Amino acid sequence: MSNNIDLKRGLDIPITGTAAQKTKKVVKPDVVAVKPTDFRGLLPRLLVREGDKVLAGSPVLADKKSPEILFTSPVSGTVTEIVRGEKRKLLEVRIKADESQEYVDFGSRKVAGMSTGEIKEVLLKSGLWPAFIQRPYGIIADPEIRPKAIFVSAFTTAPLAASTEYAFRDEMNYIQTAVDAISKLTDGGVHVSLNSSNYSGTPFHKLENVTFHVFSGKHPAGNVGVQIHHISPIRKGETVWTVSPLMLAAIGKLFVTGKYDMSRLVAVTGPEADDPCYVQGIAGMQMDSIADFRKDKGAEVRFISGDVLTGSNTGEHGFLGFYDNQVTLIEEGNKFEMLGWAKPVRSSLFSFSHTYFSWLTPNKKYNMDTNLHGGPRAFVMSDVYGKVLPMDIYPVYLVKACLAGDIDKMEKFGIYEVLEEDLALCEYVCPSKIEIQSILSDGIDLMMKEMA
Amino acid sequence: MRKFIDKIKPSFEKGGKFGFLHSTFDAFESFLYVPDTVTLKGSHVRDSVDLKRIMITVVVALVPCALFGIWNVGYQHNLAFDLNWGFWQMVWYGFLRVLPLYVVAYVVGLAIEFISAQIRGHEVNEGFLVSGMLIPLIVPVDVPLWMLAIAVAFAVILGKEVFGGTGMNIWNPALLCRAFLFFSYPSKMSGDTIWTGGVTRYLTDGTAFQSGNGLADAFSGATPLVHAGAGGVQGLTDAGTSFMDLIIGTIPGAVGETSVIAILIGAVILIWTGVASWKIMLSSVIGALAIGGLCNLIGGTPAMEMPAYYHLVLGGFAFGTVFMATDPVTSAQTETGKWIYGFLVGALTVTVRLFNPGYVEGMMLAILLMNTFAPLIDHYVIEASISRRAKKVKVA
Repeated sequence: MSNNIDLKRGLDIPITGTAAQKTKKVVKPDVVAVKPTDFRGLLPRLLVREGDKVLAGSPVLADKKSPEILFTSPVSGTVTEIVRGEKRKLLEVRIKADESQEYVDFGSRKVAGMSTGEIKEVLLKSGLWPAFIQRPYGIIADPEIRPKAIFVSAFTTAPLAASTEYAFRDEMNYIQTAVDAISKLTDGGVHVSLNSSNYSGTPFHKLENVTFHVFSGKHPAGNVGVQIHHISPIRKGETVWTVSPLMLAAIGKLFVTGKYDMSRLVAVTGPEADDPCYVQGIAGMQMDSIADFRKDKGAEVRFISGDVLTGSNTGEHGFLGFYDNQVTLIEEGNKFEMLGWAKPVRSSLFSFSHTYFSWLTPNKKYNMDTNLHGGPRAFVMSDVYGKVLPMDIYPVYLVKACLAGDIDKMEKFGIYEVLEEDLALCEYVCPSKIEIQSILSDGIDLMMKEMA
Repeated sequence: MRKFIDKIKPSFEKGGKFGFLHSTFDAFESFLYVPDTVTLKGSHVRDSVDLKRIMITVVVALVPCALFGIWNVGYQHNLAFDLNWGFWQMVWYGFLRVLPLYVVAYVVGLAIEFISAQIRGHEVNEGFLVSGMLIPLIVPVDVPLWMLAIAVAFAVILGKEVFGGTGMNIWNPALLCRAFLFFSYPSKMSGDTIWTGGVTRYLTDGTAFQSGNGLADAFSGATPLVHAGAGGVQGLTDAGTSFMDLIIGTIPGAVGETSVIAILIGAVILIWTGVASWKIMLSSVIGALAIGGLCNLIGGTPAMEMPAYYHLVLGGFAFGTVFMATDPVTSAQTETGKWIYGFLVGALTVTVRLFNPGYVEGMMLAILLMNTFAPLIDHYVIEASISRRAKKVKVA
């Protein structure tokens, strides 16, 4: 507790619809999808055809650049449809699940006796290698590299995110197994960050074979990128890996049971969710299976896989992402509001700035919708971004460097240390309504192209 | 209302009958209604604040200055012509004199904003709401309207639109407008008589809006800044101006910049809402006091011996510090940079006032000069930060 890192800057977005800590139902998978779009920069090679039978753990896709990285089916069933988008870009491989689930057996083994090579091989074959995200750039880890260290954030501050204590309360032994396994992949050890508010209460506190770090503060204190920045910033030429507790649990299950088991507790949250709570679901499950959570008001609802800051809009028949254990339902804000900006008080809306009066009611939660609340403009305000980014970088300068495509400046302003999720709050508070995450994305893509 | 807008909207879309007026239509529509656009990429929810809200906050913060300015224009006219007016007569006179300034500033400025937005196909930016509110407050009330129109056009076109509009400009457009007036028409804009409403016209035509019995015997029209520059505190006292007069603002000067009290009300609004940087305001005051105090020690002329705190209430210092130096676009962008920038604004203002016999008002020049150097300050602050980061990474 002595080395608590206190992050002063940040913002917890006060949105309604926190998931109650109960599990309402078990979703029986019907159609699930494997989505190459969940992974940055992935060039997928299709390994199945429509009509093929697959087991849970059978390969569906491979990475064209490193073909040993496989993406496997979370269920056993039949490939029903391969969905492509513009320029025949592969979007989804849809698999209809069988009545009873059969798994590919990867062999239950004791991690302690396995070599690094064997661990890598099992992870690659089973389809769990993509659990490792490599920084800089947030891409799937390169199996040839030995990273400086592996970082895990054991708490989350994202809006309405699933509670790690609740979601993984029965899976701590799996997570321990996973930690033991992945600590063989790096020399720098596994670093786990805890929240100071429940430092000794969380079950993650009992993990062994890890280095603990303690953080306190508002969002984005729970983002692993922000934590790495304060623990050990990424230098040019260095690589670190990150992995989420959700993926650790899956890795642990793989080594203990020998199965590729992507089932997970999914928090169904948001202002448009009726009785928000958890369901027992699976990666790639269809949103239709949680449609009964939708409040029946006839309003247009956006289904987001993930949280409201960084999640992806899947549509009401879309599929849960590979890394996500949260679904957020919010109303589409496609409504006009007469003289809204000029009203002295708009009590139903939250603002981080004091130009409205929501600061008078700090504990109030708001039914937020997707309205942009203004039109796009050039950068005008200079100090709002820094107030929600607890990192020693200048977000506006970084974003401007990305806009200009200036590699040298992007490097100087810290592009290696951030991903879109870290600047998501800057985008939220931006009065000029600039799409900061998407600009940063383009910047990262450019870096990967130029530095390759 | 909404139905009507929806009905006429298609003819303003691309390809519609009035497609060329798209930006104009859009500006009016988004003025009346917060648009129905939803987030497409990135964060799905957005804060309810937008630039319109920020600009309107600044406008609200300027209202006390504008109201006091209107009254003071009437009050100074009353004094100059010895009229024994009541409160409402003064307000009415001031209103009639200040309103044309606003009409000219907004009509000229907004017309240019709309046309340039139209040419670029952008949305109309609300930046001029603030500039248009500021400009009448920093010009002398007797400025000829045609001069004001040209100055506004110059400021908006060359000060802002050529750089790409609000957010891209280097200099504060309102200050550029004033600078243009003062340097383009020095014969009209200098001297002591421009600052009191109606006096210019009386001197040239022999008439004024309410000339009464002609100018009062005691009338000089010179601003306290001139008195202070010539005679320090003694000069002010000789002219009958006390420190309290300077705070309350019952003195000749540009329309909105005389009352420190009204400006402080605005400052509280700006700081509380977080729209303007308190760091710039504070460091500017520190800068002025530092140079003022240094000159006190050196002494020499009466102006240099004048206590440093007088500089804070004289001339356009308070107004410039609160409303002009803090413009988020043209000031320094980094937090450390803001301290440096503000300090130099204050320091330069007093330096110009004390060491430049030809031009007494240093605030405008100091801010414009620091606007020019703000990117340089930011550059060095950021370079320092980058090398600090590099060092930290090496240790880690």
